[in-house]
Amino acid sequence: MNAGSKRILVVDDAATVRMYHRQILQQAGFLVDEAVNGIEALEKALNSPYDLYLVDINMPLLNGYEFLVDLRSRDIKQAPAIMISTEAEQHDRARAFESGANFYMLKPIKPADLLKYSSLLLGVGG
Amino acid sequence: MATIEISLEEFQKFREFFYRKTGIQFDDNKRYFVDKRLVERIEVTQSDSFRNYFNTLRFQASGDELQKLTNLMTVNETYFFREDYQFKCLVESMLPAVCALKKPGSRIRIWSVPSSSGEEPYSIAIYLLEHWPQIANWDVELISSDIDTDILQKARLGCYSPRSVQHVQPAVLDRYFVRKKNGDFQICDDLRDSVEFTRVNLSEIADTRAYRNFDVIFCRNLLIYFDDLSRRKAAEVFFDALNPGGFVCLGHSESMSRITSLFTVKKYPEAIVYQKPEQK
Amino acid sequence: MGFVKSDQHDFSGDDQRKSSRDMPGLLRTLSTGNVAERRWAARDLAQYPQAITELLAQLRLEQDRTVREALFVALTQSGCPEAVEGLISCLRSEEANVRNDAIEAMKLMPDAVASVMHSLLHDPDPDIRIFAVNILESLRHPMVESWLLDVIEHEEHVNVCATAVDLLTEVGSSAAELPLQALRRKFPDEPFMHFAIEVALTRIQGG
Repeated sequence: MNAGSKRILVVDDAATVRMYHRQILQQAGFLVDEAVNGIEALEKALNSPYDLYLVDINMPLLNGYEFLVDLRSRDIKQAPAIMISTEAEQHDRARAFESGANFYMLKPIKPADLLKYSSLLLGVGG
Repeated sequence: MATIEISLEEFQKFREFFYRKTGIQFDDNKRYFVDKRLVERIEVTQSDSFRNYFNTLRFQASGDELQKLTNLMTVNETYFFREDYQFKCLVESMLPAVCALKKPGSRIRIWSVPSSSGEEPYSIAIYLLEHWPQIANWDVELISSDIDTDILQKARLGCYSPRSVQHVQPAVLDRYFVRKKNGDFQICDDLRDSVEFTRVNLSEIADTRAYRNFDVIFCRNLLIYFDDLSRRKAAEVFFDALNPGGFVCLGHSESMSRITSLFTVKKYPEAIVYQKPEQK
Repeated sequence: MGFVKSDQHDFSGDDQRKSSRDMPGLLRTLSTGNVAERRWAARDLAQYPQAITELLAQLRLEQDRTVREALFVALTQSGCPEAVEGLISCLRSEEANVRNDAIEAMKLMPDAVASVMHSLLHDPDPDIRIFAVNILESLRHPMVESWLLDVIEHEEHVNVCATAVDLLTEVGSSAAELPLQALRRKFPDEPFMHFAIEVALTRIQGG
């Protein structure tokens, strides 16, 4: 399997975070889309499901937990999700897994970590 | 005045801001289109520079300039059967879902807002007559509202230029329109009678109280021009105007992701629409 | 069958509801009605500035998210300092969507929020400081850039600073250049911070 066929949705309300993830993942050959909150993410996923979701917790209107719970309830191709949180929310780790996350990372993210865990969850060499 | 040019960084900054506000994303190949409209507004508002103009967009208390610019950045035309994939979604997906929750023969209520000059509500009426044979088994109420009483008068009259009916098939034109001497087409009396036109200001709670028990609401290409609070208030109006399980359809460049989480995202083969959750 | 006209002859807003629409009646409904009735009471109470205390009290108790949304919109419309005080306590809620909805509401209350912004940005809890910066994201207030510069000059928490830099990519002027460069030195080993600062500086210098 190669990275080029894998589609990743980056869900974060901060534009610089989306740009940062996009740059790292695109350089590794992944295809990247963006959404600013859980509702937009859900609309994009329902239109065309992704192979991996990178999801911030705190977002307007529909946050990361709510997005994953809703996504997991849908009858579409399911895929792994990495929940991304700020340090102060470490106690929310359990809630992330209950909501349907497969992995949990703390901000700020190091490029090598993002690539390593994305590749692992996607089952591609990384 | 020196010619104003938009730099790449300014374009990117604007693009990011506009996307966050509206959900509309301009690709690089839209740069010319976007720059041209920005320059136009910079000149009209005598802002002198992108920086000053962007500050107005970002910080103006009323949000008026952002509304004006949004108007320029989006194509806001009304004509018959505009975005008709949603009418297909209505008959193929939404109405079957609505009917499944109702007693056979009971009443289905559809609200189309803004009515503008009537193209949308009449399109819905014609689409139902042409593509939804089950209409014989149900009572359908079609209510269409606008804030502007002059335009409501025009909608009731139902006279249209050849241009606005250009997407209407000749057979349909024959069945539902009457050709006037001046070349215009008027909606036939029966059809005009099938739509009830009313005046409403979605931001006035007193205006909206009487709108209840709807099954489907079309509100296309309107909320995108509202400021943040007015959008949220309009979403509240729609939520309380709908029956549980009822639907809201927005325009193709609009999304509830910039408005509210009151509704559930519903993906049908024809379109994404928003549903008021069914009662638990 | 087919198209029919409404039995309802007047859409002009006559009140067909049974319950009382004066303030005491609305307050009763707000605490005892079903979900739809509580939503309507919240929406109607938006016109009574005296009802803020009760709206906030209901917000603390309310379990239904759709009613909470109506309460948030009503409080936003009031735009008053008392409402903001109540919303600040929502920022400390255990429930993520209560926090996020409070942030959304406060974004639309520039005048009332301005007077508490300094203290929010210096709250001992870094979460609250991040939320304060989130509020600035679309706050229509002339102080936004100064507040953000204050954050990146004094804040030690990397994620609070990162959130501020993100907004400076949009609202930063040349006044932000030196503070952004200093921030780069404060977090020498954070690739994300360097990336975001670079974006912000490029936008500022290219404008």
